[in-house]
Amino acid sequence: MGFPHPIHPKETPILSEHFGHAEARTYDGWVERGGYAALKKALATPPGEITEAVKTSGLRGRGGAGFPTGLKWSFMPKDGGKPHYLVCNADESEPGTFKDREIMRWTPHALIEGCAIAAYAIGAERCYVYIRGEFTGPLRIMTDAVEEAYAKGALGASALGSGTRIDVTIHRGAGAYICGEETALMNSIEGKRGNPRIKPPFPAQAGVFGLPTTVNNVETLAAVPHIVNRGGEWYRGLCLGNEKSTGTKLFSVCGHVAKPGNYEVTMGTPMRDLLMDMCGGMRPGRTLKAVIPGGSSVPIMTAAEAEDCLLDYEGIVEKGSMLGSGGVIVMDDSADLVYQIWRLARFYAHESCAQCTQCREGTAWTTKILERILKGQGERPDLQLLLDLSENMTGKTICVLSDSCAAPIVSGIQKFPEEFEAYITKAREPALAST
Amino acid sequence: MSATHGGGAESAPGEAAAPSSPYEPVFGGPAHQQLEALFDKYPTQQACLLPALWMVQEARGWVSEAAMAEVADVLGLTPAYVKGVATFYTMYHLHPVGRHFIQVCTTSPCGLCGAEAVRDALLEATGCGELGTTSPDGRFTVVEVECLGACGFATPLLIDDDFIESVTAESVPGLLERYP
Repeated sequence: MGFPHPIHPKETPILSEHFGHAEARTYDGWVERGGYAALKKALATPPGEITEAVKTSGLRGRGGAGFPTGLKWSFMPKDGGKPHYLVCNADESEPGTFKDREIMRWTPHALIEGCAIAAYAIGAERCYVYIRGEFTGPLRIMTDAVEEAYAKGALGASALGSGTRIDVTIHRGAGAYICGEETALMNSIEGKRGNPRIKPPFPAQAGVFGLPTTVNNVETLAAVPHIVNRGGEWYRGLCLGNEKSTGTKLFSVCGHVAKPGNYEVTMGTPMRDLLMDMCGGMRPGRTLKAVIPGGSSVPIMTAAEAEDCLLDYEGIVEKGSMLGSGGVIVMDDSADLVYQIWRLARFYAHESCAQCTQCREGTAWTTKILERILKGQGERPDLQLLLDLSENMTGKTICVLSDSCAAPIVSGIQKFPEEFEAYITKAREPALAST
Repeated sequence: MSATHGGGAESAPGEAAAPSSPYEPVFGGPAHQQLEALFDKYPTQQACLLPALWMVQEARGWVSEAAMAEVADVLGLTPAYVKGVATFYTMYHLHPVGRHFIQVCTTSPCGLCGAEAVRDALLEATGCGELGTTSPDGRFTVVEVECLGACGFATPLLIDDDFIESVTAESVPGLLERYP
C-alpha cells in the first residue's frame, strides 16, 4: 500500500528518484545508486567549504520557515570546547504533509548521509533524528539503516575511514504535534514535556542540552548530498520563479484530487500544473473551491488564487498564503469550509501545549464558537468575535501554534464569508447536532 | 484538550493489575541493560525518559504509576516529574487498553476523504461503541487521533504498531479479522 506513483514528466525527481525501489533502502543498494559518494567527498573537504556550497545553493529550510540552510549552519560557534549537536526534525505532524515519511521509508540512507555531512560541516559530535512516535514504519526502517551504516563503517569512530567521528541516534517521539517546533523538540529529546522555549537564545547558542545546536528538517538534509555531489551552482540553477527559491521541493497533495501523493517539482512550477496535470485534476464532475498550500497552518487560498500561483516561497506569499511545509490540502465544491476550519481549530486546541494564555484559551474558544455556528446557533457578531480572538492569537505567544490556528479562521472568514453566512442565516442545515 | 485518549480504565476487564499483587520491576533484567546502552548516547540520563517509558509500555501494555515510580528511580528523577512528562504525550497509555489498540486519523485532510465514516465503522465493528473505551471482550480499544502524517493515503490507521493506509468504511470488518 502507499506505493508511489510513476514519475510525471513535469516532475524533477532528485529526492524522489528512488522512491518505490525497495533495494535502495539497503546500504549496498544505496551505494550502487551513487550513495555515500557525497559523504566521502565532504569528509575530504574543509567543513567551511561545505557550508559555503550550501549557502551558494540557496537551499532553504523545508520544514516550514524557509530559513536559508547554509546561513543557519554558519551561526554555529566555530571555536571548540563545547560539544555541538545536529538535530534532524522528523516529527512531521503538520496536517497535509507526508513527504518526510516518504523520504525515510524509501531512502533512509539519503537522510543518514545528509545528516552525516551536516554534522561534519557544523562540527557536531552527534546527530539526533527525532521521529514522531506514530511513524512506526519509518522508525523501523531508519533504525535498521543506521545500524547498517555503523556496520559498514559509514558512521562511527572513523566515518568512511576518514578519522572523523560521526554518530547518529534515532529518538522516538510519543505523540505531540508541538514537538515539531524546534525548541519543543529539543525539550522532548532532553526528557521533558514538549513545551516550546522562548527565543533568544537561539539553538545555535543554546540548543539541546544547552549546547550549540542546528535543527534541520528531513527534506532539507536529504538535499544536502546532491548539493555536495553536483555543486551549489547546479542546485541554484533549479529555479523557474523567484531566484530566492531554488532547488526542488516535494509537495504532498491530499484531499479532493484524483491522484493524491508526493510530487517533486522545481521551485517556481505553476500550482495549476501540480493540481491539474500531475495530480490528475479534480474528481469527475467537481470543481476546485479552495487550497491550503503549506500544511494546515497557512492561510486558505481561493481557487482563483491557486490557479494563478507559482510554487515557491515568494509566489505563494504573493497570492496571500505561505509555502510552509508544502502540504497541499485541496478542497472541491463539495467541501464545507466552515466544517473544515472548525476541524482544524479543534486540531490546534488539542495540540496546544497550554503554556501561553492566548493559545490555550484562544484555540479552545475559537473551536467552541465555530461549533456553535455549525450547530445553527451562530449569530453575525460571532464572526467579528472570531476575528478579534484571532488577532489576539497572532504574534503574541512563545511559538506560532496559536498563529497557525488563527490563519485558516481569518482567511476563511475573509475569503469565504458566504459559507459562514449560510449557517448564520439558517440557509444551510446545521452540520453538527445540538447538544 | 480533547479527552479522546486513554479513558478505558473501567472497561478493560481482567487487564488491570490487582492492587494487592506486588509490583514486578520492568528494569530488573535485560531491559536494564537495554536502557543502560542508551546512556552513552545522551549527555544526561533524563534524556532516556521517553525511551524508558516506551520500554515500559512495550513490556506491560501501559504505563502505571508504579512503573513511573520505577522509571524515576532508575533515571534519578522524581515520580512526579516522570508523571508530568508521561501525561504530556498522547501515545503513552495511562490505563490498560484492549489487546489491539486502534488509532484512527480524522483531521481535516482525512476528514475530507471519509475518515469519519471509517471511525464510525470501527466503533461499530469492534463493539467499542464509544471512542476511548475498550470492547466488552477486551479485544479492541479505538481512539481518534490528530493527523497521522499520511494524508495522501486517507484514511490511515495505526493498529498496535501496524500503520495501515487507505482504509475505507467498507474495508474495516475484513481488516479487523487480522487482529484476533
